[in-house]
Amino acid sequence: MEYVDVAVIGGGPAGMAAAVAAKENGAERVMIIERDRGLGGILQQCIHPGFGLHYFKEELTGPEYAERFIRKVEELGIETKLDTMVLDIDKSRKIHYVNPEEGVGYLEAGAVVLAMGCRERTRGAINIPGTRPAGIFTAGTAQRLINMDGLIPGRKLVILGSGDVGLIMARRFTLEGAEVKAVVEIMPYPNGLARNIMQCLIDFDIPLLLSHTVTRIFGKERVEGVEISQVDENFNPIPGTEEYIECDTLLLSVGLIPENELSEKAGVELDPVTNGPVVDEFRQTSLEGIFAAGNVLQVHDLVDDVSKEAEITGRSAALYAKGELRAREILMKAIPGENVRYVVPQILRRGDGHVEFFMRVTKPMERVKLVIRNSDVSFKRLFARPGEMMKVKLRESHFKRLKGKKEIIFDIVEDDD
Amino acid sequence: MVLQKFDVIIIGAGVAGAAIARELSRYELKVALLEKNPDVSFGTTKANSGVIHAGYDPHPEKIMARLNVKGTALYPNLCEELDVPFKNTGSLVIAFPGEEKALDELLERGKKNGVPGLKIVGKDELLRLEPKINKNASRALYAPTAGIISPYELTIALVENAVMNGVELYLNTETTDIEVEKGKAKAVVTTKGRFYADYIINAAGLFADEISKMVGIDYFKITPRKGEYLLFDKKIKLVSRPCFPVPTEITKGILVNITVEGNPLIGPNAQDVELKDDIATTREGLQEVIKGARKLVPEIPMKYVIRNFAGLRAIPSTGDFIIEAYKEVKGFINVAGICSPGLSAAPAIALEVVEILKNEGLKLKEKRDFNPRRKKRIRFRELPDKEKERLIKEDPRYGHIICRCETVTEREVIDAIREGATTVDGIKFRTRAGMGRCQGGFCLPRIILLLARELGVEPVKITKYGGASVITPLRVKEILLQRKA
Amino acid sequence: MTEEKEIICIGCPIGCKVVGIFNAQKLIDIKGYQCERGREYAIKEFTNPVRVLSTTVRIEGAMVPLLPVKTTGPIPKKMLFRCMKFLAQVVVYAPVKMGDVIVKDILGTGVDVVATRTLERMERKI
Repeated sequence: MEYVDVAVIGGGPAGMAAAVAAKENGAERVMIIERDRGLGGILQQCIHPGFGLHYFKEELTGPEYAERFIRKVEELGIETKLDTMVLDIDKSRKIHYVNPEEGVGYLEAGAVVLAMGCRERTRGAINIPGTRPAGIFTAGTAQRLINMDGLIPGRKLVILGSGDVGLIMARRFTLEGAEVKAVVEIMPYPNGLARNIMQCLIDFDIPLLLSHTVTRIFGKERVEGVEISQVDENFNPIPGTEEYIECDTLLLSVGLIPENELSEKAGVELDPVTNGPVVDEFRQTSLEGIFAAGNVLQVHDLVDDVSKEAEITGRSAALYAKGELRAREILMKAIPGENVRYVVPQILRRGDGHVEFFMRVTKPMERVKLVIRNSDVSFKRLFARPGEMMKVKLRESHFKRLKGKKEIIFDIVEDDD
Repeated sequence: MVLQKFDVIIIGAGVAGAAIARELSRYELKVALLEKNPDVSFGTTKANSGVIHAGYDPHPEKIMARLNVKGTALYPNLCEELDVPFKNTGSLVIAFPGEEKALDELLERGKKNGVPGLKIVGKDELLRLEPKINKNASRALYAPTAGIISPYELTIALVENAVMNGVELYLNTETTDIEVEKGKAKAVVTTKGRFYADYIINAAGLFADEISKMVGIDYFKITPRKGEYLLFDKKIKLVSRPCFPVPTEITKGILVNITVEGNPLIGPNAQDVELKDDIATTREGLQEVIKGARKLVPEIPMKYVIRNFAGLRAIPSTGDFIIEAYKEVKGFINVAGICSPGLSAAPAIALEVVEILKNEGLKLKEKRDFNPRRKKRIRFRELPDKEKERLIKEDPRYGHIICRCETVTEREVIDAIREGATTVDGIKFRTRAGMGRCQGGFCLPRIILLLARELGVEPVKITKYGGASVITPLRVKEILLQRKA
Repeated sequence: MTEEKEIICIGCPIGCKVVGIFNAQKLIDIKGYQCERGREYAIKEFTNPVRVLSTTVRIEGAMVPLLPVKTTGPIPKKMLFRCMKFLAQVVVYAPVKMGDVIVKDILGTGVDVVATRTLERMERKI
């Protein structure tokens, strides 16, 4: 059976960055396995700018960001299998795949990096009642159609969800000549980045309806309209607030779900809140030698963060393949506390050096303190927003003050100092 | 306009019409199967529980009872011949304290109907069979002959086999009138021309009363009764077999069920509606389904719902199947009001119709070269590695995956198009592409492009299920180029 | 008649809401900014808003039918649709390299439109 030192499943931004890091950290044979016909993953359809501001200190479009990594992948001699679907992976890091050239193949890997990204939450998953006509799309699928396949899904749209994907699509469709009648958001605050609210909605006078949701879809063969309703504090529709919006297309931007089918089949433990693998600071999952990076691990807002995270993953995978990352006891668990939805990594095996933690707050807050419970370690932040992942770096000095703790619980509270 | 003369014309390619077509294809007859939709099974057949009922439910004096039991017994062999997945799972009717008498009644009725192997199981056995059932349940009626099937896959297979054996299929062909001359039904007038026949069989589902009225036989009415469903990701497990509550007079109740593919399915409720195309799900209806399902299985993990849908039962005002010929109008046979247990009874309904045709004077000579078997359908995801390998070497398009959730290959999609699928739903029902957790999020663009390429049409013409259900109506830049400065 | 318009400043992640007050379409005051950069950005936004345009143009002879492009610098916001309409007529031929100029000085803005993806000459694939 063919052997590679590091096998990366997924050739999007996470996979490419991990592969590059693995190679740069001494892994001999690194291979990216990608199901699409080229590398780049979701970036190829994200033709808008906003990528690389932190990582490259330049504002790039998705394809440009991807190309930086594609060139690096080629320069470093990282191998790729394109148009290849992984059917399953097992605990022993044996990878089972199919593609048109080889047929069915098996690969053995010294270390595996899971970088499969995520999928979109669907209409069925959020239970919108009504008819099932043509004209209902998740935002990412609509983006693929309009930016890569050359097809426009419709002329008059309502977009459910004010996350970045939905906002970007509002702008994109408007520029291509379609009419976006409204962006509807169930929360009382918008989900996406402020700059996208500005440049995608305000720029084009597209109404943003907060605390509203789509409660019914109409249309026999094609969407003819949607009913929207205001919701209460428990997100239940308030009877009597129904409004009909005529449209021929409904775009859903209602959440991303890490795509962990392969991980689960292999036996990787998942965090029920992130829907991604439970990992330690090396991004190693509960299965030895299997690592994770990018949206498959936790849904990110910025691709720059994905690349940074994937560097850790790639480096760890290379070290593991070389036999230099030894198994260790779990030293501490990182636990989401007050107002915190989740924390990644969830586990620490070394209580020294420095570790950057990623987390999300459960509701928007201004002027906050990020506190590690029952300790004197805290950090100030000007604001905390659910749609913007928070990062906090714990350094050696912090860990010294946390010595002896089995759990570090992150709380985010109002700073009344 | 087309002029065609047939021995038998069947109006409606739902499961009943398809089963009749396949049965008639055994004989030396010129048979036409007319369907108004762009594909078969696009009516009620595609939106039901997929259960092959044991037959204890219909009252013994009804023909429903006789045909249900007879039909169910034919399924294992039929599915083997046609290569249609069928699981003989058995079924359970679950009783709570106070409902035991109703269960005994069902048992009695079942015995009267000739249902084999029925027995009452106690709480322990019930929970052993289905650990997730409500612990307050007291006992259940177990019916070993019941099973689950994909009703559209069955219908597609029946039609394929019928066509293979000489039946002519006319899609996008809607019946607008039936000509009767001197008390004999003569011709079916359709949107695609006039079809002459000696015998006309009305298997038009929800519209059977309207078709029957065309020949002046209007003593019955078909009422659409909506049933809503919720489908779940197959990674979770609720039950291993259809689980029913104790039935009421109008409905078998809200089931906790599983499809033959392994997706948990709950529903249906029962709500009479006005319009025969009202297949919208409703907030109240879905909540009713969830509530009903929770009575049987308290833990319904809503996080794993992937889809909601609704179907319409064709309820006959007579309270029973209407399968008969008439003195007033010769050559016209109604197969109407085929509501539950219509799917279960379908193979028996077909045999019944053949008997009626015989009695009405149709000469039936068996074909020597009738082939009851459909070629085995290739389901790539189910094949062992060696088979997968062989197929890819033979045609690399078996190595290019189109639907990642259900592992459907490009070649399978192309085959489905060659077999007659012209719509996205047609591909879905034949290959399962689009039925997985992402519900077509990944494969839809690829399916549109493949349909366009294989059918030689523009992608902007591709529909979800025909008519106005175009998916991507415009080419990019088209709106901009149409605009004035 | 005074009119008010609100924008979100994108100068830094805080995203202050800044209000511009106009009299007969002329900007007379701004409120809500919290730094100098924000004030400057707001003035520019209210008097002569500019945007970078990113879109696609049709391409023949490549794996996909569309080439992603962007303007090399911001253009006046009011010219966005005219540029979109202009670019809708453009068809390019593979191979194209990232950075290749597709349209020079689009509609007199002084700004070029360049490819943001490299597409080799290849047959269209599904």
